[in-house]
Amino acid sequence: MLRAKDLHITFNQGTPIETRALRGLSLEIPSGQFVTVIGSNGAGKSTFLNAVSGDLSVDSGVIEIDGIDVTRKPVWERAKHVARVFQDPLAGTCEDLTIEENMSLAWSRGQKRGFPRALNGSLRELFRERVAVLGLGLERRLSDRIGLLSGGQRQAVSLLMAALQPSRILLLDEHTAALDPKTAAFVLDLTTKIVAETGLTTMMVTHSMRQALDVGDRTVMLHQGKVVLDVSGAERKGLDVPDLLQMFERVRGEKLSDDALLLG
Amino acid sequence: MSFFSMMGAFEIGLIFALVALGVLLSFRVLRFPDLTVDGSFPLGAAVAAILIVNGVNPFLATFIAMLAGALAGIVTGWLNVRLGIMDLLASILVMIALYSVNLRIMGGPNVPLIAEPTVFSITLPGWMPEYVERPLLLFVIVIAAKLVLDWYFSTRSGLAMRATGSNPRMARSQGVATGRSILVGMAISNAMVALAGAMFAQTQGSADISMGVGTIVIGLAAVIVGESVLPSRRFVIITLSVILGAILYRFFITLALNSDFIGLQAQDLNLITAVLVVIALVLPKLKSRFKRRAAPAAKES
Repeated sequence: MLRAKDLHITFNQGTPIETRALRGLSLEIPSGQFVTVIGSNGAGKSTFLNAVSGDLSVDSGVIEIDGIDVTRKPVWERAKHVARVFQDPLAGTCEDLTIEENMSLAWSRGQKRGFPRALNGSLRELFRERVAVLGLGLERRLSDRIGLLSGGQRQAVSLLMAALQPSRILLLDEHTAALDPKTAAFVLDLTTKIVAETGLTTMMVTHSMRQALDVGDRTVMLHQGKVVLDVSGAERKGLDVPDLLQMFERVRGEKLSDDALLLG
Repeated sequence: MSFFSMMGAFEIGLIFALVALGVLLSFRVLRFPDLTVDGSFPLGAAVAAILIVNGVNPFLATFIAMLAGALAGIVTGWLNVRLGIMDLLASILVMIALYSVNLRIMGGPNVPLIAEPTVFSITLPGWMPEYVERPLLLFVIVIAAKLVLDWYFSTRSGLAMRATGSNPRMARSQGVATGRSILVGMAISNAMVALAGAMFAQTQGSADISMGVGTIVIGLAAVIVGESVLPSRRFVIITLSVILGAILYRFFITLALNSDFIGLQAQDLNLITAVLVVIALVLPKLKSRFKRRAAPAAKES
């Protein structure tokens, strides 16, 4: 379970370019739920994800994973509970290392690493099995540098790596955005498969409203650093992209008029 | 070049192979431009020399010199990781500080070791001339250092260190405490450089405050020469190529200094080093340019 309570993050505080990225964002995700997150540019989606992963520290608020307060824990300590796939396919893997070395890194995520060999026969066998599921022929290229793979292939491997060790939370930050449509569909397919198999509590940021409604169990819309829409179940099933767009416009309009009032 | 000067080049080449392995770790694996080595090389020499002069067993003295080097590396890493000082600047600060520290340790600009026991004098059987036996012992030490590094980088911990240098954000998201990785890497790297300094003092018969000048460039030269002679991505080969690079580099220098017709003298050493590094850096670029010209528009990325 993930619980975020009243998160505030402000960038460049006290300067003319001050940006209030999160303004009291609260969200609770029960174990095993797959939540899609949408919102316009600057709504705070990525900031929120980075706050959960620990890449950004919050100014105030509390983040709990399975009841444990992780608000002040660094990224590498949270990694025990949080797996992540980045938007940039190059960011989630180490291009100088081979496919199997990358997977070995993920294999010891959240564990004491120590001095056993990073790779051995049985681990290679395990990695080969996992990679073979992709059907990309990567099982024959385990000792190739991962920098030689395409963006889509690397993103697929990143997903496998995220599921290699049990964790609590899976964070997906527009992880299909940098891929061509066909590859994006493949990676998204893989995502739903892996989430279904592992039962991970998942939060997926996406720019596609279609994707947001089709995938997962619940959709959350962020605007100006807050949750402005939260739909699930039957209500969500009944929604279509135009409905969502309309809600989106209405939220923006209301906010705009709020601001107008303030300014006036 | 006589056999004597060849063995001399081999000997110094082996000592700088240790420096090169340390530089490989900081510059290549961690991508930390670490100039601390210009201070940790004489630090190793100073600590070993002063301990030997005071009657400590040369092996123990050498080991303590390594610890001192490790500490210097940790200070640089700490300045960078915990205090957020830029990597290059942090290492320069420690390098400068070590100049004073080394003078303090030695109590003067140099410590003679001519009449003292060294790791060489207490182990070598004396069956062959000293200038043959010394390189042999050094060879054993360098190979041991290489094997330890090879082993370390085949472990999970070593893999985490490689990831730290290559993609720190990814490393953190995989649960690697990158700050700690950098500290450990800098400690190992500078310990090896200090070991080289301790060996250098014991072969040259003294520790001297100015012996560290240009250590980093020589180490880097060895790494670069090694990479162009024996390019590889396998770590076991990379460490070997770096050792080869250090020895080859030293042979070049000796050759240049011994070729009377060029008219170079010992004081030109640093100039030759700089020129050699420039050539080694530029050659691969020229090579790829020629390749591109030979096969136009064949492979564009």
